[in-house]
Amino acid sequence: MKQCLVVDDSSVIRKVARRILEDLNFQITEAEDGQQALDECRKSMPDAILLDWNMPVMDGLEFLTSLRGEEGGEKPIVVFCTTENDVAHIARAIRAGANEYIMKPFDREIVEAKFQEVGLI
Amino acid sequence: MTPGEFEFLKKFLKERSGLVLSNDKQYLVESRLLPIARSSKLETLSAVIGVLQKGTNKALETDVVEAMTTNESFFFRDKTPFEHFNDTMLPGLLERRAKTRLIKIWCAAASTGQEPYSLAICLKEAQARIAGWRTRILGTDLSNEVLDKAKAGLYSQFEVQRGLPIQMLLKYFDQKGDLWQINAGLRAMVEWKKLNLLDSFSHLGEFDIVFCRNVLIYFDQQTKTEILARVAKSLPEDGYLVLGAAETVVGLTDAFKPVPGKRGLFQRNVAAKTTAGPAPRTFATAGLQR
Repeated sequence: MKQCLVVDDSSVIRKVARRILEDLNFQITEAEDGQQALDECRKSMPDAILLDWNMPVMDGLEFLTSLRGEEGGEKPIVVFCTTENDVAHIARAIRAGANEYIMKPFDREIVEAKFQEVGLI
Repeated sequence: MTPGEFEFLKKFLKERSGLVLSNDKQYLVESRLLPIARSSKLETLSAVIGVLQKGTNKALETDVVEAMTTNESFFFRDKTPFEHFNDTMLPGLLERRAKTRLIKIWCAAASTGQEPYSLAICLKEAQARIAGWRTRILGTDLSNEVLDKAKAGLYSQFEVQRGLPIQMLLKYFDQKGDLWQINAGLRAMVEWKKLNLLDSFSHLGEFDIVFCRNVLIYFDQQTKTEILARVAKSLPEDGYLVLGAAETVVGLTDAFKPVPGKRGLFQRNVAAKTTAGPAPRTFATAGLQR
């Protein structure tokens, strides 16, 4: 079973994402901000990370940049999932090492399509 | 709409179009069918479903099926046909059309344009291989409404997130407020025409590739056979036909044969001497004369 870390400061979003991803056969861990996510990754690198951008303590982009510098941090497939939906943000995320990008609001079909896109399912 | 009405609609759509409507799609039904309810002066969804249940209004039935299925299109739908395009059709044609250096593609059920634009993207991505070649993509559909949308090339955030890798979105789309527009270069690669497949399409000329996906399902057996026979006439001997993932020519016509190992991909069956349809015999003969 593949592991997916869901990083979002909204518990509602985490819950929705968890439900969708569990249906897609992922085992879920959650983090409320980038720092918590980084701590989780240091414990155990997940296969996939669904990542919000705007969060307190450490935002998604900062987390991604740190992650990619960690040992084994190149391995997880990172899918941004954010309300930031303009070209500039998307391009920055890709440059920082994001593999895919979901613009909120999202639904089951989009998550499934994007995870397929990057070969997670 | 009552649960019973929704159940009826599910069954109706499944039978007519193969469309499987899950229980969380009530909102979709409402957004697609309320315009029909208004334009047909029935006012409510319940009234529309009531008429469908009587089975007396064929036009309304068609409208409902169309409204529920038309926008089911998305970029690179089913993936495999586009892999076949990149790995089989394009290399084959690059070899066999070296003299004319022209590749002609027809999307016979272009709907809101995602399929023709996906092919245009494939061609752009293959730019190095097709340098110096001309390409023509024609998209046809029977509905003006969807063709207008296709021409504009404007898609919602929702639409560009199904099937389209984010890199492609950045590369080939411009952001227009809440919408995303296929860039001008790609828009210029596709022509659009209104066409009902039940009518003659011989005036469109010959194509190397015909995408005719998920549209034959709307027709009865005999009509399918007849359309396939006419499609065969618009393809040269070595042309390609692409059908939907769940579609086949088996039992419909021997004008085409499956390409082994390539699901949904067909070529003219030039060797066929007898055919199910009225027209195929002539082109089978014509094929043998080459």
